[in-house]
Amino acid sequence: MSVLNPSIKRPNLFKFTVPMVAAFGAIFGFITGNIYHQPLIGLFAGVIVGALLAMGLDRLAALPRWQKIWGTSAAFAVVGAIFGGVGGIVGGAVVGLSMGWFTTWIGSGRYRAGVPSYYTPGQVLWHNSFLFICAFVFFFLIAPLLPVAWLSFNAEDFFTFTPEMLSFKAEGYSLKHYYDFLGSDEWMVPLKNSLIIAPIATLISVSLGTLAAIGLSQSHVPGRQAIMAVLISPMIVPLIISATGMFFFYAPLGNWLQANLGLNQAFVGYVKVILAHAVLGIPFVIITVTATLVGFDRSLTRAAANMGADPVTTFFRIQMPLILPGVISGGLFAFITSFDEVVVVLFVGSARQQTLPWQMFTGLREQISPTILAAATILVTVSILLLTTVELLRRRSERLRGMSPG
Amino acid sequence: MSDTTQEPMLAADGRPLKQSLARALRRQKLRALMLIAPLLIFVMVTFIIPILSMLFRSVENEIVSNTLPHTVVALQEWDSSTGEAPDENVFRHLYFDLFKASEAKEHTKLGTRLNYERTGLSSVFRTTGRRLDDMGSDFQDPLEDINENFKEGAFWYEMLSGEGGEELLESRRALWARLTGESMAGDIGFTPSPQMADMLPWATRAYTDFAIWTVIDDQDVVAEEDPWEAVYAGLAQDLQSEQTQTEIAAYDGPGAQALKDAVANLDQLPEVNFKAAFIDAKEDWGTTDLWSTMQVFSSNYTTGYFLNAVDLELTPEGVQAKPENQQIYMQLFMRTLWMALVITGACILLGYPVAWLLANLPMRTANTLMILVLLPFWTSLLVRTSAWKVLLQQQGVINDILVWLGFVGDANRLILMNNATGTIIAMTHILLPFMILPLYSVMKTIPPSYLRAAKSLGATNWTAFWRVYFPQSVPGIGAGSILVFILAIGYYITPEIVGGTSGIFISNRIAYHISSSLNWGLAAALGTILLVVVLVLYWAYDKIVGIDNVKLGG
Amino acid sequence: MKLVTKLMTPLAAATAIAALSGAAVADDHMSSDMTIVSWGGAYQDSQIKAYADPYLEMNDGVSITWDESSAEAVAKMRAMNEAGNVTWDLVDVTAASAMRLCDEGLAMEVDHDEILAAAPDGTSASDDFGDLIVSDCFIPQIVYSTTVGYRTDLVPEGTPEPSNICDLFDLATYPGKRSLEKRPINTMEWALLCDGVAKEDVYDVLATEEGQEQALAKLDTIRDEVIWWSAGADTPQLLADGEVFMGSTYNGRLFSAIVEQDQPIGMLWDAQVFDLDGWVIPADLPEERLARVKDFVKFATDTQRLADQAKYISYGPARESSAPLVGKHAELGIEMAPHMPTDPNNAQNTFLYNYEFWADYRDDIDAKFQAWLAQ
Repeated sequence: MSVLNPSIKRPNLFKFTVPMVAAFGAIFGFITGNIYHQPLIGLFAGVIVGALLAMGLDRLAALPRWQKIWGTSAAFAVVGAIFGGVGGIVGGAVVGLSMGWFTTWIGSGRYRAGVPSYYTPGQVLWHNSFLFICAFVFFFLIAPLLPVAWLSFNAEDFFTFTPEMLSFKAEGYSLKHYYDFLGSDEWMVPLKNSLIIAPIATLISVSLGTLAAIGLSQSHVPGRQAIMAVLISPMIVPLIISATGMFFFYAPLGNWLQANLGLNQAFVGYVKVILAHAVLGIPFVIITVTATLVGFDRSLTRAAANMGADPVTTFFRIQMPLILPGVISGGLFAFITSFDEVVVVLFVGSARQQTLPWQMFTGLREQISPTILAAATILVTVSILLLTTVELLRRRSERLRGMSPG
Repeated sequence: MSDTTQEPMLAADGRPLKQSLARALRRQKLRALMLIAPLLIFVMVTFIIPILSMLFRSVENEIVSNTLPHTVVALQEWDSSTGEAPDENVFRHLYFDLFKASEAKEHTKLGTRLNYERTGLSSVFRTTGRRLDDMGSDFQDPLEDINENFKEGAFWYEMLSGEGGEELLESRRALWARLTGESMAGDIGFTPSPQMADMLPWATRAYTDFAIWTVIDDQDVVAEEDPWEAVYAGLAQDLQSEQTQTEIAAYDGPGAQALKDAVANLDQLPEVNFKAAFIDAKEDWGTTDLWSTMQVFSSNYTTGYFLNAVDLELTPEGVQAKPENQQIYMQLFMRTLWMALVITGACILLGYPVAWLLANLPMRTANTLMILVLLPFWTSLLVRTSAWKVLLQQQGVINDILVWLGFVGDANRLILMNNATGTIIAMTHILLPFMILPLYSVMKTIPPSYLRAAKSLGATNWTAFWRVYFPQSVPGIGAGSILVFILAIGYYITPEIVGGTSGIFISNRIAYHISSSLNWGLAAALGTILLVVVLVLYWAYDKIVGIDNVKLGG
Repeated sequence: MKLVTKLMTPLAAATAIAALSGAAVADDHMSSDMTIVSWGGAYQDSQIKAYADPYLEMNDGVSITWDESSAEAVAKMRAMNEAGNVTWDLVDVTAASAMRLCDEGLAMEVDHDEILAAAPDGTSASDDFGDLIVSDCFIPQIVYSTTVGYRTDLVPEGTPEPSNICDLFDLATYPGKRSLEKRPINTMEWALLCDGVAKEDVYDVLATEEGQEQALAKLDTIRDEVIWWSAGADTPQLLADGEVFMGSTYNGRLFSAIVEQDQPIGMLWDAQVFDLDGWVIPADLPEERLARVKDFVKFATDTQRLADQAKYISYGPARESSAPLVGKHAELGIEMAPHMPTDPNNAQNTFLYNYEFWADYRDDIDAKFQAWLAQ
């Protein structure tokens, strides 16, 4: 992939581009025709439209690519509007977008952009199919989030696309579920609880887990396998068993803390949930950190020791920076484990420690309401924003440091 | 090396090198253990011990002997093959055991426990529990008619208390403690008289039980309370014995007159026949089925739950298969394993190309695409599952689109959920990031030059991939698979929501027994079996791939 | 590895928020706080509006924490009791659960006349509640029923709307999916009833092996068309989606879908199964907490409060004296009485949940039912 072809030849218009685009058009034509129960007519219409589009856009070779694509999309949308109203516009725009993109992609020869010039057509075809497969998997990953976001604007209290929503009428939509989420203690308190519990639990599992992983990576550890099995066990015991088992342990522990240390009940409640979640996060930290340590060059610590660094300095200055990525990704898994955990907290926690997943769980069970979807949409948006910001900052710092992107 | 035999090699500090090395090794080991210790202790205490104690419930069965201690002993001599219910002796013990249990409200727990093994026992215990007072009142009323003193709590206290009966008191207290699970410690203000314990054994024992319960649980003063009906029943039972009658004739301590009156008017008391009384309360007591179930499950530990968990049952005739219409667990275990396997396979198929793409794209593009992998990860499992419900149901998005496009008739919408398909699709989606991330981190370490080298040496694309690249990515597949498989096997919320009846896992049954049927013993047995399966897989994985090769992103 | 830093950002942000809000955790207002356990959703809302809010207004310094755990109440109370750490003060459960809790000594036995208010005309509480006090531990609140709803717009043309419980089993006249609860209770009774068993014989028949087979055989006839639900919110959602044509659920949920949400749904009252819901007080509460709970319960179950609750949800008040006071819906202003399961028009053919029978046969029949489902 890294071997880019410097000069891409435009393929022959009539031998390649027109048939390809016509075939692509045929697929759309067939599907569209099928809606009106005339698949064959649609197929022929698609072939003709595809061929014409390929030739038409070839004439406009001088125009920038994006203008061709959006132009096609707009043209298709207008046709769609004539036949199918608002839905037709959307459908037409989408079909136009794909047709336009495909035509320019094929027509300009960009489809060979990612492969070395010596590839045979078969290899190019395989390469591009592979990309399509990947695109499909990414779509599969993201697809369920789309209806979530869409339905969160539902004006009704069900998880159902109403006819008003489908015809894009304003009365089918409302922000009431967002008001419900942002404006009520019912949701804000659980959110706050989750944001208290998850980071602290993560901190505990990461610090203890990292130490233990370093210990485990030493060359002579008696009973290494057994210890490893014990530390991994929270991941493999079915959660419902863990939940009840832990309940019986944490309840007397809580009583003891309250009676002997004079801690108040709410605080003890948090402690219990945090400890339970910390244990559940530990296997992830152990697995990731030991994995990073496997490739760790031990001569580095020896070199540091040779130069007079004490073990603590060695750890923080040499070892830690190198295994940090493993530690962080372990921490991420641990955080998600806590942030998305519902079974254990239902047992171990009490109403005051109600977390976001708990609230969602009772919400789903007792009263299905799109407020849950609004909550999810907000969380997803926040994480997109955060992830994008970080990526942008990273690129900026790379640019500042004069590193090439890549 | 030959001269080392004469003079050991010395380390810098003058010690023999061997010794010095051994010491260093020991210190190294110690340091490693010191690093591991905090976490190990933490996990041991906060997880392993609670889990083991939970799993211990799968064999624990002390409830029968704790609730009916004397009955269980008496029942040992009974032979279920005679076809006759046990004799009066067993019923007599049953009465006094059960009376105590019903005062402490433990008898219904026993009923529930035995009901797991034999339908209908729950109501036998509950119904009988309500009749126990009446059974005692049958004796209390005539006794009080014979001598008014029997009405007085203080009279009983004076008659039965004495010195030197600590042994009896403590043994009764121990039985109470076993029954209630509490210590029952404390000053009772009553010690049974050994003389009375000899003369009126049943009444004294019943009164001692009453005294302990009155003081410890109700926090009343013994002498001021009227005794339980069981004490009167005990006295009536004692009075049947000729030896007791002779001893009463010679007795002149407190309450002597009342006892003598009672002996003189013995004909006013109804016949003492606990067996008849129990059968009258609930006729099931006259059947052998009930008693043989009790006998089979009277030991403190049982394999019953485990047998139930594999569709077998423990009967007086030994271990038998359950009736076919009640066999569910083996099928569920098989289905769980099979579906977890399918889900793992689907994750490999979908995850491998994506991980390969991410590992081979320029950093900038890869990072952007990685957001797509991580987004679902940041979305609550519950939300994603409900989203799949919206997508997959018959009036859902996918079916709507297919119908709109004309590929599927409105009448023949596809059934994509409430079956195994739904579970597999939703869980593949949920677990896919757990496959992609480890695969990605392993593939990232495979130098692309290997592939190019293979190709330049004349390998086709396929050969280069299959013979060079793929073997190096196997640890990633292994790590992802074990992670996905183990997580899948224990899931229950997603199957519950989209799985219908044919797409649920064994965990759903475990959850059902924990929170709905309250059969925790069976839940623990099912959980233990599941855990053993996972541990065996984990062990096999460790042997084949090595757990060190597991990588989760990074 | 840079990727990883990116992954961590949400985590870092969360930590910051946690640090900010951490201080809020420390506050302690335990001294006069009650934890009340209920079902969440519209039902809990009706409790809050009808009695919790007025009570809090009258009692300064008291606060209530709601815990929506009634669905797991029995399991959690048993666990709490075993662990010696009962954090709940008052629990809303169904009558069957209350009996179970009472049997196991997990709920406190109460003297209804002592702790509950008498009716305004002086009738004692135990007479006012009458037969609905099915257990010594149980303080009834409402009568609800499990019944069947259907999509009015999916009824085949020219066919009358379903009016009989057996229409549930009549796929020829009313084609379409059904939703039934994923447990034998109610479902098995309906199956027998529609297989020609007389109403009074249903439980005698169900107690026999053949009777259970018979019920399952009847269910076999519609099995391919059934979606099994386990959460109370499922059937209304399935009906709203048009995913099922008919389905069983609680009458209050159907009321909400039909009247409040204006969905094209109708409901049957035929062979509705009455059940009760009410409070239990956990056993062995410390004096101080007990006193507080008793005070609340006395208020929350008096005649007016129970009648008020019916303004918000269509469940019948458990007190006889509340029935005449049932008024109009708080927001819609419609008369609530005709929507109550206990209304004479609705209660022409009813069933009462047989607590005794199901306590005994639940495990056994459930195993068979689950095996049947899994086939």
